[in-house]
Amino acid sequence: MHTNSLYQEVILDHNRKPRNYGQLDPASHHAIGHNPLCGDRLDITLQLENDHINNIAFQGDSCAICKASASMMTTAVKGKSRDDAETLIQEFRELATGKLDLDQPHHLGRLTVFSGIRDLPTRVKCAILPWHTLHAALNAIANTSTEAQDETQMVSGNS
Amino acid sequence: MNSVTLTRQTEDFSVFDIDRVRADFPILQLKVNGKPLIYLDNAASCQMPQPVIDRLVRYQTTQHANINRAVHYLSEVATMEYDSARRKLQQFVNAREDREIIFTSGTTDSINLVMHGYGRKFIKTGDEIILTTLEHHSNIVPWQMLAKEKGAIIRVVPINDQGELDIDEYEKLFNERTKFVGLIHVSNALGTINPIQRMIKFAHRFSVPVLIDGAQAAPHMALDVQALDCDFYVFSAHKLCGPTGVGILYGKATLLEAMQPFKGGGDMITSVTFEETIYNTIPHKFEAGTPPIAAAIGFGAAIDYLTNIGLDHIAAYEQTLLEYATATLSEIPGLRIIGTAAEKTAVISFILDGIHPHDIGTILNQDGIAVRTGHHCAQPVMQRFKVPATSRASFAFYNRKTEIDALAAGIRTVQKVFL
Repeated sequence: MHTNSLYQEVILDHNRKPRNYGQLDPASHHAIGHNPLCGDRLDITLQLENDHINNIAFQGDSCAICKASASMMTTAVKGKSRDDAETLIQEFRELATGKLDLDQPHHLGRLTVFSGIRDLPTRVKCAILPWHTLHAALNAIANTSTEAQDETQMVSGNS
Repeated sequence: MNSVTLTRQTEDFSVFDIDRVRADFPILQLKVNGKPLIYLDNAASCQMPQPVIDRLVRYQTTQHANINRAVHYLSEVATMEYDSARRKLQQFVNAREDREIIFTSGTTDSINLVMHGYGRKFIKTGDEIILTTLEHHSNIVPWQMLAKEKGAIIRVVPINDQGELDIDEYEKLFNERTKFVGLIHVSNALGTINPIQRMIKFAHRFSVPVLIDGAQAAPHMALDVQALDCDFYVFSAHKLCGPTGVGILYGKATLLEAMQPFKGGGDMITSVTFEETIYNTIPHKFEAGTPPIAAAIGFGAAIDYLTNIGLDHIAAYEQTLLEYATATLSEIPGLRIIGTAAEKTAVISFILDGIHPHDIGTILNQDGIAVRTGHHCAQPVMQRFKVPATSRASFAFYNRKTEIDALAAGIRTVQKVFL
């Protein structure tokens, strides 16, 4: 694939003007995601009420792919139920790793601009980190990393 | 010896001929994304020239067996060639004796060997270990593990805004509790060449041994461990045109003899009963099990190759690349070079305003340009400069100025994408 097709206008736009950027205070759920490969770090706060994400924000130092993914994720999950958010998380992970059949029904909408990432294995984690961190926040895991395979390997406390 | 190797070894490289050098590296013919490969990630790993590839093939096709064991022909040949590789390394670093060269799996393994063999035996509660901000994680983490185990303390030498060590602060860190110094010769993240001779001399006034991490120095300058008077010097083959999986620990014989073995196994013993094991002499005491024989012999061939070109020629040529790259990249608006030491190897770490290094790396790759992006396993350096990561172009003697022009053009393309 041609790399520039990954750096599409919608991704560049979200990188330049990230939506829902910042930190919610108070927040009912909070998690920090790390990508040890590049040192990137993402902080996600959200307000969950009646199992719906009323508000969500992110901040951190990251590459354009990660930042755009986080920005588009926040707009996609805001107002959604926890279950719908988890479905999106699962579908996005499958999209980024090339396991999602785009011809079958899915809920990703414009998030499919990230489909090209599957051809850049070293960058897959950049796109997934926000989703991984959201999953951790929803499941009350304070710290996570792109290297965590499942919840049992995740480190809690401040690292 | 085959004809290619023979020709190379008898040719005179006194005039640095870049075209002839490049012709030795088959991988440089590769196209990446339809563009000629421009390989600027040499600080991570350097490419292998044909004579070294040929040497590995010759070993595997005509000389391979296990060493130091059987009396048959192949075992004798393999043992002889392995020992010969050790002597090549001895000469390369100008060690007093060949038994002062221990083959390891690489720089990290060498440092861990010293930590286990020397550190765990001689460093006690309350003792102090001096490291520097410039260290690679491989020269930080083993000492942290030791400090945690022993209750020892790690003291860190700071750097200035150019990425140079603060030598006054270094000297102030010494006291009667100082028991070890771990010091990187050349910073992998920034290219800074540290004044190690002076620093070693100072440490020795306190009778403190010094380990030099030479992973980024050995490929780029002539070495003399006796003149440096360092106690340990370590580096890997794959950064010197050799294979992965092998490196050396140089240590002064008296220190190596005083150290306890790190790994137990075959070859490192004189006799074994279930009541008692008597350890072998150095270097065997530290080479338990079957060593990377092929890789060590390939390492020897790489040393021949580099020595034949001449480390002085390599250093002089790479300095011209550094000067050109510094001037060319400095002209790009929004680009900041991190690490501007007066003494540097040909490494340029840089950041671009508002653009993350990973995005830079991915877009440069589209033009066939390989740079390293990330924290370079030197997070304390990144923290010092308050950046999460940088992009790093690191040059070898087979790079040329046109490739630096291509890098500059590639960086401008990145800036256009993010305009």
